[in-house]
Amino acid sequence: MGISRRDFLKRTLSLAGATIIGSSTAAHALNTANERNWKLWAKKGEPHYAPLEDRYGVLVDTTLCIGCRRCEWACNEWNKNPNKPIKEFEASAFQKKSVFDTVRRMHAENFTVVNRFISSKDRRPIFVKRQCMHCEEPGCLSACFVDAFRKTKEGSVLYNPSVCIGCRYCMIACPFDVPGYEYNEALNPQVTKCTMCYDRITKEGGVPACVEICPTETLRFGKRSELINLAHARIINNPGKYVDHIYGEHEVGGTSWLYLSAVPFDEIGLRTDIGKTPIPKTSKGFLFGVKMFEIVAAWPLVFGAYYAISKARKIAKVNHETEKKGEGHGEKH
Amino acid sequence: MAKNTNTWFRENILLGMSPRDYIISNFNFPNLVAAAIVGTAVGVMIYRLLFGLGPSTNLSDNYPWGLWIGFDILVGIALAAPGLALGTAVHLFGMNKYHHFVRPAILSSLLGYIFAVFALMFDLGRYYRIPYLLGWSWGFSSVLFLIGWHFFLYINICLIEWSPALFEWLKLKKLREFFNNLAIWATIFGVIIAGGHQSALGGLYLVAPGKLHPLWYSSLLPVFFLLSAIFAGISMVIVESTITHRLFKRKLVNFNPAEFDRLTIGLAKGAASAMFIYFIMKIFALADSNDWAYLNTPFGYWFLVETLGFVLFPVFLFTSGARNHNAKLVRFAGLLTVLGVILNRLNVSIIAYNWNLPASQKYYPMWSEIALSLGVITMLVLAYRFIVNRMAIMHEHPDYESSH
Repeated sequence: MGISRRDFLKRTLSLAGATIIGSSTAAHALNTANERNWKLWAKKGEPHYAPLEDRYGVLVDTTLCIGCRRCEWACNEWNKNPNKPIKEFEASAFQKKSVFDTVRRMHAENFTVVNRFISSKDRRPIFVKRQCMHCEEPGCLSACFVDAFRKTKEGSVLYNPSVCIGCRYCMIACPFDVPGYEYNEALNPQVTKCTMCYDRITKEGGVPACVEICPTETLRFGKRSELINLAHARIINNPGKYVDHIYGEHEVGGTSWLYLSAVPFDEIGLRTDIGKTPIPKTSKGFLFGVKMFEIVAAWPLVFGAYYAISKARKIAKVNHETEKKGEGHGEKH
Repeated sequence: MAKNTNTWFRENILLGMSPRDYIISNFNFPNLVAAAIVGTAVGVMIYRLLFGLGPSTNLSDNYPWGLWIGFDILVGIALAAPGLALGTAVHLFGMNKYHHFVRPAILSSLLGYIFAVFALMFDLGRYYRIPYLLGWSWGFSSVLFLIGWHFFLYINICLIEWSPALFEWLKLKKLREFFNNLAIWATIFGVIIAGGHQSALGGLYLVAPGKLHPLWYSSLLPVFFLLSAIFAGISMVIVESTITHRLFKRKLVNFNPAEFDRLTIGLAKGAASAMFIYFIMKIFALADSNDWAYLNTPFGYWFLVETLGFVLFPVFLFTSGARNHNAKLVRFAGLLTVLGVILNRLNVSIIAYNWNLPASQKYYPMWSEIALSLGVITMLVLAYRFIVNRMAIMHEHPDYESSH
């Protein structure tokens, strides 16, 4: 009898699923990185809500980035996303017409993008790498109605494709427009996103693929608290170079990825109007309120109903008697 | 025996006609139009199931939710609130004179929810996993989780409330009595459950403060959605009853137009009160977040169209109609209110959502999305007609007249 209810359900449902949807062998045709990392996490049997201890993070110093896009290539390579030769990525910064002409966002098949902005200070290009920010209190995690996200103790926000129903509410909740969706998958579409290379950083001395390949030390991996100290030191030691703000230190309650910039952050595509309140907190009060209302309001309503029923019975009885007495009709509503 | 079931089928399903006559009687222009709309929608559904959301919709990573959520769910559920509004009025506040409105209201709620969830199945990426939500993987911190469970519960509640009509039709007296006694309890829990998820639909957007335009975003969103669902429900009763009383006139015995007008005007008072509170709260929310400056922008004008043209204006019409006993004016105001609620839901979910994206990246529904939504509405209307033509919805069943 070693089979739990959950396992039983799982088997029945997957059997039923396989019968109804004959071609489920074609599962995950597009992306495997999220599933692989999730399984790695699940194997460890860590608690669902890991303690907010000293997590890892990455500091992005946008003043150092040269726009070589090698991080994009390395990310695709490691996560087995569709890729092109590395030369084509490197060439973008020197082409007249390049991918930099439009500001791009993350999609299902690319977890990271580098965008180009023109500095308001000296008219020179500023390159900004974007990927999942790995919020300290992730909006996607709280929005998911099948609990498919986890914040690991290392700092990664992981996604579990094996329970996802594909409602895409996580994409609504993400303040940084990170998750992508496999819209062209008919049967097994997934949400996809950067995992901060969970499978690499959990190994001794491992850093994310993008950090490893970065030739200019734009990206620096380390303990989040140490990165914040380092960033403050850079701001203080280089007067006038940086805006006195670390993007991600407090934004939506803090993120694992942190940014430094020479120009105001809203000029380089990082939204400054998202506030300091963690996204889960925006709906927490409401959820509590609804539950309280439903528990508290239920009782007066139940008693009211009981009262209404007994009153209706009395009226019915009186009507019945008057009907019996003479030919008078009972009052009809 | 075979002959017996045949007569049952003829009497109850074919309305006493032979199959041939029944088909001929249905062969008319409105039905052909309906068939064309439903046929197109079924085609879109098959296409969506075979090729996925990408080719069959204009959804993108920036707009993960389009018409099928914004219209089918947000609008659909708000307009399926008649059961909530009238169930409360009659069963909780004892307004028994509205008793005749209850069954049509419950039927429209039941069908509204069933077809909204049916349409949702095509929007979900892995629709076949929907049971996971109920019994496998629970996301307690999610507003959507609350909605999913409440939909499930509320459909069951509506089924219980509606089932007496079904069992009257099937002539199952004992079952009918059993469920009739259960109905009041279902209504009570229905009020709680419906109130919970109507507000939660607004609560869905609480997590998107940076994406929804500040004029629409407010921590009071759940309250706005609940209040507007209540007056949407009442207005839908006004609109629906106007239509059904015209279409199903032959079903109504002892129909008294003056009494009907009086009841309609009574509904107007309820709707106007709820709408006025809603309007005041909207202004307060605006003042609270100090968003006045946004009013003098294109989005601001659009906001004023919604709140002045489709909330405050109908309030005046309702009030004037109630004072002057002008049922026609009330019916017009009811229609305007329904349109206003549709506009509000589309504003929140699509038009004012991602408001800072350039127009080129915004979402416009593909024809197939509109076709599917239209098809589902048509199916709803056909199902409603099918049931009203057969069961005691508009009138009392002759065998049970005094037992209400």
